[in-house]
This record gives sequence, C-alpha cells and structure tokens, in this order.
Amino acid sequence: MSAAIGNTIVSLPDQSTAQIPKRNYITNEHGLLSWLLTGDHKRIAILYLISITFFFFIGGAFAGLIRLELLTPQPDLVAADTYNKFFTMHGIIMVFLFLVPSVPATLGNFLIPIMLGAKDLAFPKINLLSWYLYLVGGGLTLGALVLGGVDTGWTFTTPLSTHYLNTHVITAATAIFIAGFSSIFTGLNFIVTIHRMRCPGMTWFRMPLFVWSHYAASLLMVLGTPVLAITLVLVALERLFGIGVFDPAKGGDPLLFQHLFWFYSHPAVYIMILPGMGVISEVISTFSRKRVFGYTAVAFSSVAIALFGFFVWEHHMFIMGVSNYSALVFSLLTMLVAVPSAIKIFNWAFTLQKGSITFETPMLYAFGFMGLFTIGGLTGVFLGSLGMDIHLTETYFIVAHFHFVMVGGMLMAFLAGVHFWWPKMTGRMYPESLSKLAAVTTFIGFNLTFLPQFILGYLGMPRRYHAYPPEFQVLNVLSTAGATVLGVGYMLPMLYLAWSLKYGAIAGDNPWQATGLEWQIQSPPLTENFIEIPIMDHEAYDYEWLENKTKNEVTTVG
Amino acid sequence: MGLSPVLWQFLVHWLHASALFPAEASGIAPYVDALYFFLVAMTIFGTTFVAILLLVFSVRYRREKNPVATQIEGSTLLEATWTIIPLAIFLVTFVWGALLYFRIYDPPANAMNIYIVGKQWMWKAEHPGGQHEINALHVPTGKPIQLTMISQDVFHSFSIPDFRIKREVIPGRYSTVWFEATQVGTYHLFCTQYCGTQHSGMIGEVTVMTPGDYKKWLEQSNSGQSLAQNGERLFASMGCNSCHNGTAAARGPSLAGVYGSKLTLTDGRQILVDDAYLRNAILNPSEHVTAGFAPIMPTYQGQISEDGLIDLVEFVKNMQSNYRVQQTLVTATSGEAAPTTPSEGTTETVKP
Amino acid sequence: MDSALATTDHADVHAEHDHVALPQHRHHFETEEQQREAGSFGMWLFLLTEIMFFGGLFFAYLLYRNWYYPAFAAASNQLSVPLGAFNTAVLISSGFCMAVGVWAAEMRRKSLLVFMLVLTTFFGLIFLGVKYDEYHEKYELHHIPGDSFNISMFTNPAGYGIKEEPLAPDMAQKAQIFFFLYFAMTGMHALHMIIGIVLLFWLTWRAHRGDFSSGYVAPIENFGLYWHFVDIVWLFLFPLLYLINRHPLH
Repeated sequence: MSAAIGNTIVSLPDQSTAQIPKRNYITNEHGLLSWLLTGDHKRIAILYLISITFFFFIGGAFAGLIRLELLTPQPDLVAADTYNKFFTMHGIIMVFLFLVPSVPATLGNFLIPIMLGAKDLAFPKINLLSWYLYLVGGGLTLGALVLGGVDTGWTFTTPLSTHYLNTHVITAATAIFIAGFSSIFTGLNFIVTIHRMRCPGMTWFRMPLFVWSHYAASLLMVLGTPVLAITLVLVALERLFGIGVFDPAKGGDPLLFQHLFWFYSHPAVYIMILPGMGVISEVISTFSRKRVFGYTAVAFSSVAIALFGFFVWEHHMFIMGVSNYSALVFSLLTMLVAVPSAIKIFNWAFTLQKGSITFETPMLYAFGFMGLFTIGGLTGVFLGSLGMDIHLTETYFIVAHFHFVMVGGMLMAFLAGVHFWWPKMTGRMYPESLSKLAAVTTFIGFNLTFLPQFILGYLGMPRRYHAYPPEFQVLNVLSTAGATVLGVGYMLPMLYLAWSLKYGAIAGDNPWQATGLEWQIQSPPLTENFIEIPIMDHEAYDYEWLENKTKNEVTTVG
Repeated sequence: MGLSPVLWQFLVHWLHASALFPAEASGIAPYVDALYFFLVAMTIFGTTFVAILLLVFSVRYRREKNPVATQIEGSTLLEATWTIIPLAIFLVTFVWGALLYFRIYDPPANAMNIYIVGKQWMWKAEHPGGQHEINALHVPTGKPIQLTMISQDVFHSFSIPDFRIKREVIPGRYSTVWFEATQVGTYHLFCTQYCGTQHSGMIGEVTVMTPGDYKKWLEQSNSGQSLAQNGERLFASMGCNSCHNGTAAARGPSLAGVYGSKLTLTDGRQILVDDAYLRNAILNPSEHVTAGFAPIMPTYQGQISEDGLIDLVEFVKNMQSNYRVQQTLVTATSGEAAPTTPSEGTTETVKP
Repeated sequence: MDSALATTDHADVHAEHDHVALPQHRHHFETEEQQREAGSFGMWLFLLTEIMFFGGLFFAYLLYRNWYYPAFAAASNQLSVPLGAFNTAVLISSGFCMAVGVWAAEMRRKSLLVFMLVLTTFFGLIFLGVKYDEYHEKYELHHIPGDSFNISMFTNPAGYGIKEEPLAPDMAQKAQIFFFLYFAMTGMHALHMIIGIVLLFWLTWRAHRGDFSSGYVAPIENFGLYWHFVDIVWLFLFPLLYLINRHPLH
C-alpha cells in the first residue's frame, strides 16, 4: 500500500471503487434528536466542533472591529464604551468559548476513547451534559452581548466590575460560571477514562502523547476551574448585595480578587495549550515516520507543566503592590515552568532527525506552531523577569505574547489537528493545495499582525486603548493589515472543509499510514469504535509494527 | 554594561529616532534596556536555532532523500542538555530581573516625594509645596523622585514608558515607585490598567526640567498652601487636635516626630510609621492601637477624601513639635488671635 | 455522577452477548467491575473539585480573620453554639444513617435501606430548618451584611446585655465581612444539602422500587460519598464560624 518514493505519505484507496463505509457513527441513527440526545463521544465531538466554530467567528469579528478602530489614532470608529465591549467580548468568547474547549472537546472527545481502545468515555451522559452547559454558557454570553454588552475586560478586575460599571456583568459572570462546569465535567470524564478504560495491554507508557497532554490539561481543568467559579460567585454577590469582600472602604481587599482570579486563569493558559501540544506530537511523529524523540520526557513534561502551572499565578500581579519577596518566589517558579515547554520543542525538532519527512498541511501547521510558540514562550520569559515585567506589563507586549502562544501556537495546533483527523472524522480528504495555501496565508498574516505589537509594547502603548498617540500609527496599520490577511487564512478552511464533505476524496482507514489505534479502524468509525476491544501488544508510534501489519494485510486479502 | 557608552548612546538614539524604541530618560532606563536586549538576543537566538533545526532536518531527511526512518528512542544526554541550558539562561534572566525590580521599587532615602491620586479618568499630582497638576507632572533632572500613589476608585496604573517605570495605583492603599529623570523633555504618561470608559483618555505629559527651571516653575505655580499647611488646617477642623495635643493627659498619642519611628502597639508588636500606616490609622484606627492608649479614636472613613488624607499625612510627616497644635487649641478655647508662627514649625523637608 | 444510574432498556441488547449483563450495565464498559470503579473514581474527582470550590471561600476567611480578628471574634460570639452543636450532631447522625444505608444496600436489605434513606433525609431537613431559624434571627438583628447592617450590638454590647468588650466603630464595621462569609459559606453548604436532599428523594423512591436491593449499589455508594463530603464541610465550618475565641467556662 505504500506509495512510490514521492513527496507525500498519503495513501488513499482506489477512488473509482472506494466508498464511505455504509455503517458508521454518522449513519447509524437518523434524525435531529439522535444527535441532540446522543451519548456517542464522536457525535458530541462534532456538535462541539460546530458550536466552537460558530463562537470563533463571533470572537474573530470582534477582533476585526478592534483592529479596524486601531487603524487611526483617534477614537473615531465607535464610542469608548463600545470599544471596551469589543475587547471584553473578544476575550471572553475566545478564551472561554473557543480556546479552552477547542482541542479537548472536539478532538479529545472524538479520539481519546479510540486511542485507548475503549468504546466510549466513562460517562457519556455527562459528556452530553458538558455540551449543553457549554451551549447555555455561550447562549448567556450572547445574551449579555445582545442586551448591551459587558465592558469589564475578560479579567473582571474589581472594584471596576463590582461597583463602577452598570453593564451586564452578572449575566456574563453566570455565563462563564456555567461554561466552567462544562470544562470541569470534560476533564473529569477524561481522567476517569484514562485511568479506568484503557484496553488490555495499554499501559500508561503505551498511550499516545495526545492522551498524556489531555490528561495533564484535565487535571488543571478539574482543580483550577472551581476556583474561578467561586470567584465569579463572589463578584456577583458583591454586585448584588454590596458586601465589601473586595471593597477597601468596607475592609475588603481588591487584591484578594486578583489572587483568586489568577489562581485559575494562569492554569487556564496551560489548559489551552497542552492539548494543542498533544496534537503536535501526533502530527510530527506521523509525518516523520518516527516515534517521538524522548517519549517519556515529553509525557512527563506535560504533567510537569500542569503541576508547576499552579504555582505561578502571581506573575500577573508583579506591579500590584505585592511583597517584593513573594514576587521573587513567583518569578523563579515562572522560569521553572518555561523549561518543560522548551524540552518539548527540542524533542519534536529531534523527532525530525533521521526521519522520513513529508510536508502535508498538518505538518505545515505543526512547523508554524513550533516557530511561533517558541517566540511566544520566550517572550513569556521576558514577562517572568521581574524588572522587565515592570516596563512591559499591561502594554501591547503582553497582547503580542499571548497571541503568539494562543493563536500562533494553540490555534495552529487546532487547525493541524482538524486537518489531520478530518479524514478519520468524515471519511473524506480535504483539498491539499488549497489547505497549504491557507496555512501559509495564516502564518504570514499572523506575523504581520502581531510582530509589530511587540515593538508597540516596548514603546509603551498600553493595552485596551481605544485611542493612542499618533507616533504609534504606522505599527498599528501594519498590524491591522496583517489581521486582514489572517482573516482570509481562517475563512479558507471553513470553505474547503465544507466543500470536502461532499466532494473530497474518499480517505479510507489510514490515509496518513499512521500508527494510532484510531487509524486501524474504518473512517468514519463505527458507533462502538471497535467490533472487538483491541489488545495493545506494541509500543506507541511503532512504525515497524505498522509495516508488518500492512504487509500481512496485503498478503492475506489476496 | 560592557558596551562603550558612546556606542550604546548611538544605538539607542538611532532606534529612538526610528520611532521603534522609547527614549532613555531616566537613570534606570539603560539598565532595563540592557536586560531587554539580552532577552531579545536570547529570543532571536532560540528561534533561529529551532528554525535552523527544522530547516536542516526537513531538507536532509525529506522523504525523497531518506525513504526509511530510523527509530530512535531518545537520548538522556540531549534531554539533560536542553533542560539545563535553557534553565541556566532563564535563571540568569531571573536574577537580573530581580535585581532590577528591587532597584525600581526600593526608593533611595533622599528621594523627594510627590503624591499621585488617580481617579476615573484623570491623574492628580500633588507636590509637597502645594502645587497641583492634572494629567501632568513636572520634575527636575538629577534628583531621585518617589511617587506615592493611591486611587480614589478603581485600579489604575501609572506608567511613564520613557522612564521604564510603572506601578499599579490601587484604592485603599498607597503604592510607590521612584525614578531619577536624566533628560530634559516631555514624555508620555499613561494609565495602564483598564479602568472604564475613558481609560485611553487617562494620559498626560511628564515634563522634565533642569533644576533651575523646576524651581522657577514651582514658584510660578504656587497657588496657595503647601500640602502640610492644608493638613494643619484639617487637623484642627476635624478635631484631631483635641486628642493628639501632646500634653501628658492627652487621650491620643503625640504625633510630633512619630513619622519614621518604630511604634509599639497594644499587642506588643512593633510597626514602622510610614505613609501607609498614617493613612490607615486615620481610616481604621482600631486596627493598630499605640501601646498605652485605648481604642477610642473614631474612624474618618467616608469623611475625608484621598487628597485630604494626603494633606494630613504630609502634615504629620513634617510635625517636629506640638507647639502649633497646642496654640490652635488655646485659640480655640480663648478669644485671642494665634501668635505669629515661629520658624521651626513650618519646615517642608521630608523626614527620612 | 449519574452515569451508573441505569435505565432498564438495555437488557434486550445484552441478550446476544454471552455473559450475563445486569440491567444497569452500560455497554461501553467491559465489566460491571470497571463500571463501578469508574463511577466511584468519578465521584471522588467531583468531590475534589468541590473542595477547590469551597477553598476559595476558606481562603478569604483565613485572610480576613487574620486582619480583623476582634471583629471576627465578636461576630462569631453572636452565633448560637448550642444550635450549631445541635446541627453538627444532626448532620453526623444523618451521615451515620447514610453509612448504614450503604451497608443495607450491599446486604440487599431493602426495607432497612429505605428506612435509612428516609432518616438521612429527615435529619437533613432538620438541619436546614435550624439554619433557616438562625438566618431569620440574623435578619431580625440587622446582621445581614449590606445597607441594613447595624453595628450597635458590637459598639455597645452592654446595651444589649452582652458581656463582651465593645469594639471601636471601624472595627465593628468589619463584622460585616464575617457575616458575609458566614452567609456565603453556610449558604453554599446549605445549597449543596438541598441538592443532596432532592437526590435523596429520588433515591428513596428508587430504593423503594427495589432498584438497589439486587447487588446494584453504585448510586447509593456514590451518593453516600457526596453526602459525607457535605458533612465534612460542615465539620470545618462549625468551629471556624461558631467557635472563635469561645471560653466555655465563662
């Protein structure tokens, strides 16, 4: 089945006779209710995919409006309050309704049971509940938007959010509270599944690294999100009843809010990135035809990031009058948490060495991830360094830093994963040349948008500014131009992925000739995933096993 | 820095002229920039290194060139290398940044104090001599200046990018930052913590002048009493002088010379009397009661603005003796006019 | 939580399999054992999230108690130790009944199980009744934080016949923070109890139908874990809120 030595690893069945398997999770049941009341993790994953794409474009629209306003130094497009609502809604939607659930709820839900050799997640009904909670949270967010918007910033800083705004803060806080439980239940489901439902022979160290990173992210979801929940409750109570838990005039401490909020929100960034890192492991391995270099190191570094990630939250508060000595401790820990990410980057790079590399679209996105996440991560070191943080914090440098890791990193990883597993989820291939074009467009657009923002940050341009001194205009115009290109880069996949559902080539079981259990079953999979529970008798990323299996298949079918 | 000062100046001026880099207008700015350049070099090096690895491996091991991959488990030596080297670099960054942080946030003893009050959506600067500025700050070169800041409402953040300094301005407690301006000119002042509708409008101008020009400016803008003099008026009008009158039988402790000293509280603890303590003692008097006194002082929460508190704090800071306090009491109880002011009661120097 | 709680319509599906599957068996689990362990593990994890949830409130409590100790002590002394202790005994009793109930389910003793579930519910309702009473008293005394909060009981305890040191007005204001935490923590706890009681009604009905008397005990066990957790939270709340600086011999 392997192709001649060309520049692609793709191996499709004969298109003149190939067909999507008649019985699969999509065709198994019919009707809207069969989707809305499903317990099938794969259907739930698709439901999530549709919902988060919807919210992504709303969040993206707000980003476009922000950049449009920032074309000129004057506040001439919209009123100040409206602009404040733009960036608040952009942040809330992108963080809570897109990035946090993106890979786990779509790809994680779809793949984790299959990768482990299980028939479903441990708690399918709770999985469905997660999706409904997500919808309620998303709906309430849209409600807050429609009712007039929220302008607290996604960080809900008190006392601004508790006493000085009369927008729909409680609606937004409730929305996030509910969406948080969606996240908690997803994480809970993953942890129990990974602990208890691995198929015979599937030891911890035979699991794909995708599963390890979701395990680490799930620990963060389960332990961190409840703290956000109680913090939002306190904000709502203070707004409603005027108790002074965060109000200095009544003896309260606004810094308490900061500690409680960031205790979740820092681990949240690792919740967002770890699953993406899992995708990168899978993609790099498949397109180099090699086991990931240093499997154990990569697995442990995921858990290390999760663990250390809980102990660095005060680095968001270095200038807020915290004690110098506590700042020292948190800066040191921040430096420590950067190391496991560096370890991963090098392990992925060395996976390429002595591999047999092809450059299909998922691999392009993975390369983009590696470059952009390196820049984003290293600029995080700037911010973890105390004296440097004083000058850089709350400026566009921070905006550039987190967009590099979240968009240049996480979003690229998400797109890599969607492309990589698209054939498995739908049975169809996406159009390769167009997707490569989209990947390159995204990369160029991204750099043009966010590199100037580092310079703006050092110049001192504050974030969340509606208007700015005229000497900052050129860099802002560059950034907006880049955003336009970036927007095109994101629209393209929407279009061609939809197109591929009807016209894409039939993918077959294993178009990438990959080793994971998910590639040894039909595309799209059966509802129950496996006819018989597999027995895992080989290591992860075992390309020799795959070759033997393929050879045997060819000889026995004949 | 190992770089020749001339070369450094040239580099920084060239960058600044290209509108891609802020001016270095404070004593600490070159040090911050040095760390920044180190970090930028680290980033460029790191990214280039990763990019080269990707490029070289991609070309050398592309499928046409290398059809069969070699399965490699890993290498403990490499893992150790790329753990230890990044860790070492990050730790250097940590130490360097920490040293810089302590320098920026620990003011020298002889710093001249200026009060900043932030409120939605403007900055008020109050010089000890009573000069008030809105969205502006005039400072002399060559003198360390400490800003004691507080917010009247929400979180703000006072930022002068060209000085490389910034600190959060918080309701309910003072925060401080210091700098020494080195270059005459005007520089941006921004609020860098989202504070509501006109957050982007909460900006101003810092004007750095030579000491001579600054003195002239002070004289021109003096439109009334110094902060301490205002504080003295408040001290009398709010009735503080009835308990804190410095006599042996006074219900409240004497405040003359108390600033900067270590006070023993009723529970035996010792506390340093600084700006924050004084402000807190006015608003929450029963939290830290001086040993030997009863917790009977009423709270003035809600009755004094942050500006008034600053005036009172300045007054107490400069109070060398209780003479004038007792005089005001005497005039309050008798019909006589107050005697003329002896010279030692009105110093405006800040006690260390 | 409710994953292992079955519906009975899978029995026919399992007819084709060669092993005997119980009606509650979910077919994505390979064995009954795996299902039970997964359910239990899931419940423990959920309780861990609850600990983190309450943790935020406990942290706020620690901070403010440290800052405003006199106000916290004075306000805590306004809570009724007899009522709190009674409630503690009630909750421990309900926990005991729940534990017996779990044993009864494992022993397949239906009537004992039902009786124990009823008793657990009964004790839970008593607890809530007492709490309502306490909240009502606070309402009458104007100790509910907010605009109507009245500090005179703390600045002038003698006027109310209370043998306490009077507090300065600014410290007395901080008693509001104590009461806010009191209402928030016990209120959150009570909310969890209400949810538990609703679940108890449902479980009692199902137990009465015989759902848990033939070896299927997972829902009872997992609910037992939840109920004991709610119990333990109270065991921390009671001393922290009611017993600050109490001198039993005075």
